[in-house]
Amino acid sequence: MIWQIDLAILTLVVVAAIGALMVKDLLGASVLFGSYSFMMCLLWSIMGAVDVAFTEASVGAGVSTVLFVAAVFRTTRRTKD
Amino acid sequence: MKIIGLIITFLTGALLFYAADDFPAWSDPASPASTYLSPHFIEKTMEETSVPNIVTAVLADYRGFDTMFETAVIFSAGVVCFFLLRISRREEEEPETRSYRHVLTGVTIQLKEGHKMPPSADFERIDSMWTPPDLIIKTGCRLMIPFVQLFALYVIAHGHHSPGGGFQGGVILGASFILLAISHDPTTAVRRTSEKLIGILCAVGVLIYAGTGALCLLLKLNFLDYSALAGILHVDPITARSHGILIVEIGVGIAVLATMIWIYNNISSAGRYRQGL
Repeated sequence: MIWQIDLAILTLVVVAAIGALMVKDLLGASVLFGSYSFMMCLLWSIMGAVDVAFTEASVGAGVSTVLFVAAVFRTTRRTKD
Repeated sequence: MKIIGLIITFLTGALLFYAADDFPAWSDPASPASTYLSPHFIEKTMEETSVPNIVTAVLADYRGFDTMFETAVIFSAGVVCFFLLRISRREEEEPETRSYRHVLTGVTIQLKEGHKMPPSADFERIDSMWTPPDLIIKTGCRLMIPFVQLFALYVIAHGHHSPGGGFQGGVILGASFILLAISHDPTTAVRRTSEKLIGILCAVGVLIYAGTGALCLLLKLNFLDYSALAGILHVDPITARSHGILIVEIGVGIAVLATMIWIYNNISSAGRYRQGL
């Protein structure tokens, strides 16, 4: 484990999480949430939990992003608050 | 209200950071979690179940009861999505004009209220928001989908040796069908995986899992003790545990595959099953 890479990914996780909360565009928020999941997947694999990383990559970054986009498609793209 | 929420969030975060100090250090061999049960799994999994991947053995064999109800949770998620979102054709209000598209030439015609097209194979009914699928995306996805599905089957079958298993493989297999629905139009995808088939598959997956457990019970061993299957499969009890894991993984895969498609179809077309993403 190289700690510089670890720190960089951890920073990206936090940035993506805050970004997904702050962004007004719901489509952008769901894409940011997908990137958050992908960074979490990298963190899991760094920690040696490969099975969890695989699940995170397929469910978190893959299918759930698609489901969010499908839900955004059925509502408005901008948040009200 | 926002400020109160922010304060509560920060307080909870600070509390969590404070509590995290009490956790054992990462990968500490003297921590309670890795002194009692973990050594048993690490040392005995190979001779007890002949499965090289310990995670798979723990998930589907030692902790099989837990995984069975996880599968049931996924099944109920699919069923709930269906009950909340699905709109039957009778309740749906009729639009003022109906649009039909000639399949071969792509010519679209609109009929005013009250007029109906005589049923024919040349024309298909479309929504007003219908857009033709892009040729490049369509062809690219058509090339990709078989490989995605092959990889998903590999993941399910190789859960014993490498990371993965029924859950991940099922999700990837479901994602390949979702890709078909996105790149073509949803009616093409629904024609291949009809709603009835998906609903039945969803239940069949859980049934395979629970049925394997019940079969072990009928053969006079504990629920989900796969060594009972040795007589049926004509192998020794240890190999039977490995085969039993494969059977329940296939069950999980089928249930997850069907649920993913079911949820996607219901969300993307808002329960109407005609046009979607």
